Amino acid sequence: MGLQTLTYIVVGLSFALYIGIAFWSKARTTGDFYVAGKHVHPVANGMATAADWMSAASFISLAGLIAYLGYDSSVYLMGWTGGYVLLALLLAPYLRRFGKFTVPEFIGERYYSDAARVVAVICLIVISFTYVAGQMRGVGIVFSRFLNVDISVGLAVGMGVVFLYAVLGGMKGITYTQVAQYCVLIFAYTVPAVFISLQVTGVAVPQVAFGGEVLDGGGRLLANLDRIVTDLGFTAFTAGSKSTVDIFFITLALMIGTAGLPHVLVRFFTVPKVRHARISAGYALLFIAILYTTAPAVGALARLNLTTTIQTGPVFEETANLRYEERPGWFRTWEDTGLLRVEDLNGDGRIQYYNDANPEFAERAEAQGWRGNELTVDRDIIVLANPEIAGLPNWVIALVAAGGIAAALSTAAGLLLVISAAVSHDLIKSVFARNISERAELRAGRISAGVAVLLAGYLGFNPPGFVAEVVALAFGLAAASLFPAILLGILSLRVNKQGAIAGMLSGLVFTMGYIIWFKGVFVEPFAANVPGNWLFGISPEGIGALGAGINLAVTLIVSALTPAPPAPVQALVRRIRVPSGSGS
Amino acid sequence: MRKLSYWGENIRLIAILLAVWFAISFGCGVLLVDVLNRFTVGGFQLGFWFAQQGSMYGFLVLIFVYVVLMGRIDKKHRVSED
Repeated sequence: MGLQTLTYIVVGLSFALYIGIAFWSKARTTGDFYVAGKHVHPVANGMATAADWMSAASFISLAGLIAYLGYDSSVYLMGWTGGYVLLALLLAPYLRRFGKFTVPEFIGERYYSDAARVVAVICLIVISFTYVAGQMRGVGIVFSRFLNVDISVGLAVGMGVVFLYAVLGGMKGITYTQVAQYCVLIFAYTVPAVFISLQVTGVAVPQVAFGGEVLDGGGRLLANLDRIVTDLGFTAFTAGSKSTVDIFFITLALMIGTAGLPHVLVRFFTVPKVRHARISAGYALLFIAILYTTAPAVGALARLNLTTTIQTGPVFEETANLRYEERPGWFRTWEDTGLLRVEDLNGDGRIQYYNDANPEFAERAEAQGWRGNELTVDRDIIVLANPEIAGLPNWVIALVAAGGIAAALSTAAGLLLVISAAVSHDLIKSVFARNISERAELRAGRISAGVAVLLAGYLGFNPPGFVAEVVALAFGLAAASLFPAILLGILSLRVNKQGAIAGMLSGLVFTMGYIIWFKGVFVEPFAANVPGNWLFGISPEGIGALGAGINLAVTLIVSALTPAPPAPVQALVRRIRVPSGSGS
Repeated sequence: MRKLSYWGENIRLIAILLAVWFAISFGCGVLLVDVLNRFTVGGFQLGFWFAQQGSMYGFLVLIFVYVVLMGRIDKKHRVSED
């Protein structure tokens, strides 16, 4: 059976599974639709949270980022996992105890203010749509490469499937499809990683193989990799080029951004009890860490594989560079997609792959007749090409395609659901039409989920050019607006409406302003995005951490200068701090 | 008074665990990375290992420790849900 047919079958089967689950878990009440009736088992919630959280970026791009950034990529590894500690200790149990449906609802009640609730809804919608656009790009890449269909056809199919289970099943539907999607994606990620680890080091566990010895007697994998890449003028894999300040702030911004993301927070509303909220954060991190601790091994092995495929012997030995005519099959496949490009600049029929941005090395290369780096590889193909590079059977490649689609769809569905809940529950039900019946609210929820799916589809067909730029914005906003407001709402009895609104707005304006200043979303950047221009040496990716600090400070100062919150609100805070009883 | 001390115990536990959280990620993985990289364990430079593996294992342990210890505090103060 050909690869194409096999991929169609595997992806088709996975879609059939998701749709089957959607019919089985149809939402009947608003409780089902928003929080899956609060009946989700903590292990299932952990898996669903993991699938919700691990997007196309985690599945497709993370290992590629690690391969090229080396130590600098640690910001993503620590940043995207460390936030779960904050969630489990500081937010999840209390939000579950609060016991309503949405994050803006908590902010609205804790700060006894519709204005605060609307600010939270706006943050939520900006954050979530930013994310959805990225997921749609991931679906497009997988479809066009593996199924050889037009991106628009692939997108339409993907949107159709999400539409079915998000609109029909609501939170209940997406929870159980996400459990299935987690199983598909983690299997698809770890199987090739295990095989490649075995091939290169003889050790089956990627987390161990990563530090092990390479089989061909070249010594330790990491030491070997450091030597090979520095010989070609690149920064050593285990060393970084970002400043310590910047690494610190980016990691912190990603951690608190993760803990402030609405589609992650809402998952902790779906379990039966407070202690389930605590432990499901643990399960979520366990399921996430299986992929996140494998990814560095995949990245290092891919970088080694790719570099030694091109540079087959000592640098500057004439026959040590791969002849273009002798390039392997997977090379040709990816050349067809345009994601891998070779340009024979010096016309010698061989490929030179080196760091021509390193002036000292470029000069030496020039003297040897090299005329610039001839290979351009899109980072996103690392994971997708891995099984082919390792020569794994076709069913593994088909599985990786299904895994990539599962990762993108599960995250998209989670995001679309929080958007629809914010619109139907936080805007329609609570601000515009308070007397709406439960049936009408459920219908409103379904309609807004449908509209959100269509809008996300539109973003997928016409991706705005700034998608990559605004991912920093999504984390920055979550870190600088929602996280401090929720945290202080639980930790402090004294923080009030005036403080929270002033704090959220100042965090929001500062963070957005800084990112737009250097990255220019919708407008031209006002200043070059270089370390010399940055405030305290913090890049736009890390500025959300400072924004969160500003939010905290403003909230505390303004609250101290204005009256304490009313007694019922203080009683609410006392109640949610304790798992059971009236809490008075 | 009993509830107040429940919250106090919770805050103390959170503070201790977050200090560890900070030490294994921002401490070992970022601020002290160059110092720790002088040591090699299992083929890894130690600072690099903390940044790309160790911190994540540590986070996982922290959450499960919190779940267990908080369960005990809940029972001690009779605020457990069962």
